[in-house]
Amino acid sequence: MTITLVFLAAIMATVIGWLLKQTFNMQPWVSNAADDAVSGASLDANAKTIGLTTFLAVATSLFALFISAYTIRMRMANDWVPLTDPQLLWLNSGLLVLSSVFYHWARNAAVGGRDGQVKIALTLAGTFALLFLGGQYAAWLGLHGSGQYVTSNPANAFFYLLTALHGLHLLGGIWVWARSMVRVWSGASAESVRLSVELCTVYWHYLLLVWIVLFGLLLST
Amino acid sequence: MAYVAIADRDHEIEHHDPQTFITKYIWSQDHKVIAIQYGITAIFVGLVALGLSVMMRLQLGFPDSFSFITPESYYQFVTMHGMIMVIYLLTALFLGGFGNYLIPLMCGSRDMVFPYMNMLSFWVYLLSVMILLASFFVPGGATGAGWTLYPPQAIAAGTPGIDLGIILMLVSLAVFIVAFTMGGLNYVTTVLQARCRGMTLMRLPLSVWGIFMATILGLLAFPALLVSAIMMLLDKTIETSFFMPAMISAGDQLAHTGGSPILFQHLFWFFGHPEVYIVALPAFGIVSDLLATHARKNIFGYRMMVWAILAIGGLSFVVWAHHMYVSGMNPYFGFFFATTTLIIAVPTALKVYNWVLTLWQGNIHLRVPMLFAIGFIFTFIHGGLTGIFLGNVVVDLPLSDTYFVVAHFHMVMGVSPILVVFGAIYHWFPKITGRMYNETIGRWHFWLTFLGTYSIYLPMHYLGFLGVPRRYFAMGNTDFMPESAHDLNAAITVSAIIVALTQLLFFYNVIVSLRSGKKAGPNPWGATTLEWQTPDTPPKHGNWGHDLPEVHRWAYDYSVPGQEQDFTPQTVPASEVPVGREHGVKH
Repeated sequence: MTITLVFLAAIMATVIGWLLKQTFNMQPWVSNAADDAVSGASLDANAKTIGLTTFLAVATSLFALFISAYTIRMRMANDWVPLTDPQLLWLNSGLLVLSSVFYHWARNAAVGGRDGQVKIALTLAGTFALLFLGGQYAAWLGLHGSGQYVTSNPANAFFYLLTALHGLHLLGGIWVWARSMVRVWSGASAESVRLSVELCTVYWHYLLLVWIVLFGLLLST
Repeated sequence: MAYVAIADRDHEIEHHDPQTFITKYIWSQDHKVIAIQYGITAIFVGLVALGLSVMMRLQLGFPDSFSFITPESYYQFVTMHGMIMVIYLLTALFLGGFGNYLIPLMCGSRDMVFPYMNMLSFWVYLLSVMILLASFFVPGGATGAGWTLYPPQAIAAGTPGIDLGIILMLVSLAVFIVAFTMGGLNYVTTVLQARCRGMTLMRLPLSVWGIFMATILGLLAFPALLVSAIMMLLDKTIETSFFMPAMISAGDQLAHTGGSPILFQHLFWFFGHPEVYIVALPAFGIVSDLLATHARKNIFGYRMMVWAILAIGGLSFVVWAHHMYVSGMNPYFGFFFATTTLIIAVPTALKVYNWVLTLWQGNIHLRVPMLFAIGFIFTFIHGGLTGIFLGNVVVDLPLSDTYFVVAHFHMVMGVSPILVVFGAIYHWFPKITGRMYNETIGRWHFWLTFLGTYSIYLPMHYLGFLGVPRRYFAMGNTDFMPESAHDLNAAITVSAIIVALTQLLFFYNVIVSLRSGKKAGPNPWGATTLEWQTPDTPPKHGNWGHDLPEVHRWAYDYSVPGQEQDFTPQTVPASEVPVGREHGVKH
């Protein structure tokens, strides 16, 4: 559970530290004109950004717990047979990196108000994400074909589980991507999808990071 | 300071005025309607769990007297009672119910920041409840694995409900967690970003602080339950071996190999212990507001109360293994977890002292919400002290799996939060419905519930000392249990039935008062917080009429010397009424 504890210690230290900073020298029982003037928003960000950030903390908690479970289970019994990771995963990783890069391009184009570029970049980003998912599925089929079933070994079970979990998160992102796509291809301006694209970019980078960590874990064990 | 000056953020709130009966009361995006939907569903499912506990008590008090209670059904009652009470009643009611109702009103916002997601949160929660209740009706019935669902027995032959029962339980938990996450994102974001002008974090009432921190705990801890539910579901359905060790069942070698039941326990309690505080922190916050309002006195040590909430929240993640002392662990681990468990008693005790000191020299009005709040202090101290016993490894080992543990956790996270729930319902009933409840029936409800629950759980400590084991269907004739212990068990059952029937008073009171209670007026308690300052009672859609409120002071300006009124609402500027301490209030 060390991994989860480290993650949680970091996140709780951030949250509690920030809250303490907000509250430390405050004396709410005296009147204070500066306090009367505050807008009531704690952070210089819109609500959706805060919502996404909070969700990423939840998702990180989920992945950290799975990784903890993975490392604990690995040492628990003698039945762990490391999986020979399919070479296809390297290609898939490359696809996901490209998807992230194109999403970043879409974001820059949306911020800069370049409608045409947003269309192309968004299309490419989504296409590569879908290719990544297809590649992951192909990796599954390959493993399955070679007799590496989900129940054959705990290492296999974790492989299927972690890749499925990551894929499901990406599918959630693709739902939002599809909505942006429909809007830009039906003539909406870059400005109207800017926030959605910006937040999706963060989410894409986050899922890329999660994949790198998961892939690293799978390779090293 | 990280506060941001934004001239007018009102346009950021999505307007979703209800147009029809359906959008107003069913597919509603209004936080108040969603709160009531959450509340009614949670209380309904809580009543089911209450009924189950009566069945358990009937068996324990009068063994072999009821043919419809079999060992299998007894374990199903135990399991479903525990799971429903902890998750589907208390978590949902405090966060989905009170969180939804109070956060926007106390923060001075028109609604939650993501109203559509808030609506979805309720409907997904309702789905999880329906999946859970459906498990009673599937072949084999509901799971009887105990609310902790420990493998291997949760899915191994011999436990009731190992077919569809356990699957529905795990699916229902996963669905609940999705619902909670959607709600939780709303609560956190609304508290951070949608407060009205002048509402600094330190001017928030403690109810909001408690709910806010509990939501953060929930968002970070529920994934642990989700992880364990998913992995156990796979162990059950496709025979993976995450948690299931190699086993021989009825002479046959099962397909599982090498899984670790201890891993499940770690994951479960990694969620399970913060869960105690997910239920307790909102109760702490709400009870602070009830005490201050009805004692006409500012809460003692507001800042300490806030920091104690933060400290308890942080510490609650590093105490989980005190639930696992008997599972076997490195003695140094035991030492570590015993120490952290005792440390968490410090901020908790600090809160208790501050509640008592708030009452000190207060102008105490013993109205029904106040009775429940003071009752909570008693039961919480009681349950908290036995927690210090059980937090120590050497004391826990002999008491583990006895009725002492049952008594402890029911006092600290069963009775105590429920007393706050009732106190809070009575307190906010006039705002939610616009009518007053019947005071006399409310008092009867309190005294019968309070004394009744004491007569249930106090004797259980004694049974625990005798060594009476929990979870047993029948004790039989054993040497260590004197006849008096059996009599005590019967007496506990009688008390339990009385307490259960007493709750009918509450429902009678609510229904009659809804129809013919006295009109309440906007602020019957003379409270300072924003929800009592709404232009309409009950508050209408959008809460505040045309203009959002502006806050000029903290939430606890009660009995400021020299003032005619013994309360000053948060919206009154300092130029009209000086803020507390500047005017010589003793703190």
